[in-house]
Amino acid sequence: MGISGMKRAICLVAALAVSACSNATDWRDDGFGGSGGAGAGTDVGLGAGALAPNSPAYFQQTVGDRVLFAVNQHKLGAEAQSILAAQAGWLNTNPEYTITIEGHADEQGTREYNLGLGARRANAAREFLVANGVSPTRIKTVSFGKERPLEICSAEACYAKNRRSVTVIAGGFTS
Amino acid sequence: MRQFLAGLLIGAAALAPAGIVMAQSTPLRIEITDGVIEPLPFAVPDFVAETGTAGELSAQIARVVAADLAGTGLFREVPASAHISRVTDFDAPVQYADWKAINAQALITGGVSVNGNRLTVRFSGYDVFSENMLGEGLQFSGTTEGWRRMAHKVSDAIYSRITGESGYFDSRVVFVSESGPKNDRRKRLAIMDYDGANVQYLTNSSAIVLAPRFSPAGDQVLYTSYESGFPQVHVLDVARVQRRILSPEDGVMSFAPRFAPDGRTVVFSQSRGGNTDIYRMEIASGNLTRLTSAPSIETAPSFSPDGSQIVFESDRSGSQQLYVMAANGGEARRISFGSGRYGTPVWSPRGDLVAFTKQNRGRFHIGVMRTDGSEERLLTSSFLDEGPTWAPNGRVIMFTRETQGASGRATLYSVDISGRNLKPVRTPDGASDPAWSPLQN
Repeated sequence: MGISGMKRAICLVAALAVSACSNATDWRDDGFGGSGGAGAGTDVGLGAGALAPNSPAYFQQTVGDRVLFAVNQHKLGAEAQSILAAQAGWLNTNPEYTITIEGHADEQGTREYNLGLGARRANAAREFLVANGVSPTRIKTVSFGKERPLEICSAEACYAKNRRSVTVIAGGFTS
Repeated sequence: MRQFLAGLLIGAAALAPAGIVMAQSTPLRIEITDGVIEPLPFAVPDFVAETGTAGELSAQIARVVAADLAGTGLFREVPASAHISRVTDFDAPVQYADWKAINAQALITGGVSVNGNRLTVRFSGYDVFSENMLGEGLQFSGTTEGWRRMAHKVSDAIYSRITGESGYFDSRVVFVSESGPKNDRRKRLAIMDYDGANVQYLTNSSAIVLAPRFSPAGDQVLYTSYESGFPQVHVLDVARVQRRILSPEDGVMSFAPRFAPDGRTVVFSQSRGGNTDIYRMEIASGNLTRLTSAPSIETAPSFSPDGSQIVFESDRSGSQQLYVMAANGGEARRISFGSGRYGTPVWSPRGDLVAFTKQNRGRFHIGVMRTDGSEERLLTSSFLDEGPTWAPNGRVIMFTRETQGASGRATLYSVDISGRNLKPVRTPDGASDPAWSPLQN
């Protein structure tokens, strides 16, 4: 199932706007995919203009591979939905890729609960992608709880970036 | 090692009745549940070397006994520099007046002999002011490499005779050893004596490992590993350091495992479609039973010692709280009602209390409550305390404390259940997720 050209154009505009607001070094710092085949694009940290639109690096840096969540929440906000819509558009255009969605939590919680919370976040992203035409057979989810923070300060500025789901292009395997 | 254990079994058999009888007849007694104002002064002179090669061990064993007892916070050592008598013959009469003069209320003496690889420790405890022995003298034999365990056995016997409670010194702790920065933390399973000695690593740091838990016999450890890329429950044979995946399906997240008291059943959480519930599995058959079915997060299950009930955490009310259900599932009753969020409940080995992590107003606490939720007591407070585990006698709790900020580091701490004697447990690197073994045989 595809999406209309018009919708895709809106998604890309939204994604570019989000990407422009982000610090490019953030992407490169995320060097631990954890799951098999993760991080395929992490070494390509140069100008996004040089990236092939069908490359995992383009997905990661231009479309935007992550969405953020409020404290203890897994509800998708407006910004998260626009990024996920762009992800769905890209995945529908590039059907050869499978993905793993990682769910993460900040450190303000107990270990087991944060694993459950990360699972909820990954699943929220998954359900949005499926509702936007991505086949569920292309998607795996995994929770890292609070085990893999991106930012290491103990303040909301860091916590906000750590409460995330990350869509990792996994490439060749099928589920 | 086998020979060492055989020797200890004989010692333990002799120990059990003596501990119970003497605890009731001796006037020297600490009631652990009371508010102890002044720790009981004791003296442990170097044990007597009864063979030529026993000199070093006889001093070291006495030091470990002293550290065990003083480490409880219930006892205070009168240092050797204050001693008047020197004990040079284990069988000679005790010079009570010399120990009364320095106000040592308890005296522990011992004799150590080494023949080849074989170590024999004899010891006696004395109530100095009543001039009575604290139970009959005992003897343990084993290999020299197990000398610390024999020292802990001596401490357990003395502790038991004075407090009327079983000890916890001859026990081990399995935990997660941590190194590296917060955003690239390396984790591996490690095991050590309860006091931080004899650290041994059980896995390498190539995959995240979490929350190891001992089997009731202490011979196996359940834990969660990301070795496959997904969290899965593994079981590890401690002696052989062999491990295998226990949870049934690839690609389904399984975590927070714990053994049932029978050792044949485990409980853990699985996340399916973003919903985390508690499952029970028979190890032999692999039969899986779902115990909870709410759309909320149900995790951190822990059995009552009799195996009939499970305490767990759930956010079905809108925030993390503690619940108790029957071991085969069914309706659960909420037991936590204070302000804040409650997680990681662990039923005490005595069955009387549940230890938990509480988050309230930006602080984390370790606390205990009765199993019906009454008499909640918070024992600690910090930026991040979590994951309590019970000493085998149910009197002390070990947990993880993580410091704040970019250089934040995890350390193990222990505290007794009255909230006293909070102190770090020495480990070579950062450490988290401790689990205390049962007393060793």
